[in-house]
Amino acid sequence: MIKIEEIDGEDKGKIMLYALSTCVWCKKTKKLLDKLSVKYSFLYVDLLKDDDKDKIIKEIRKFNPRCSFPTVVINNEKVIAGFKEEEIKEALEI
Amino acid sequence: MNEISEEKVNQTYKRLNKFAESKAYHLNPDIDFTKDLIRSLLINQERYGYWACPCRLASGKREEDKDIICPCVYRDPDLDEYGSCYCALYVSKDIKEGKKQAEPIPDRRPLKQ
Repeated sequence: MIKIEEIDGEDKGKIMLYALSTCVWCKKTKKLLDKLSVKYSFLYVDLLKDDDKDKIIKEIRKFNPRCSFPTVVINNEKVIAGFKEEEIKEALEI
Repeated sequence: MNEISEEKVNQTYKRLNKFAESKAYHLNPDIDFTKDLIRSLLINQERYGYWACPCRLASGKREEDKDIICPCVYRDPDLDEYGSCYCALYVSKDIKEGKKQAEPIPDRRPLKQ
């Protein structure tokens, strides 16, 4: 069972952040989403068990073939790879 | 996850900074950012047994991860092209001196099929 963390906030659509617990750019992305006070979900992929990790990597690759971190997916269609503050704000119409 | 002490992070930072400067490399001048990365490297040392890049997903197999063991093989070309390595632990002189900011850069690691 993969436990996806949910952070409450303003509903701006389905926001999913795939991150690494060790990655400082991921941390910045998470802080940005916190600052924007939006509702989002996140997952630290490096902390998953091997079989769960494989499953999630496949899921991320559908959105971002490079499977780099952070990867933000908005409403299952808009994909932002990397900490791109302006792009994230624009996608969320903030 | 094991907690890495502040003292261990500080010691490693001092040692790494001294070593980097002796080789004409520079650590990111954003101390909090750099110490976070060093803490992550120490976590990866405990987790995998080597300094896997904190911003890339390691396989946990040294042979597969050898190109992303810090300092990764992509550091020098990334410093030349972008002024920082992928995770931005290492930066150019301009960034160190505050003339430029470290920005996220694309990963030049070849995609594994």
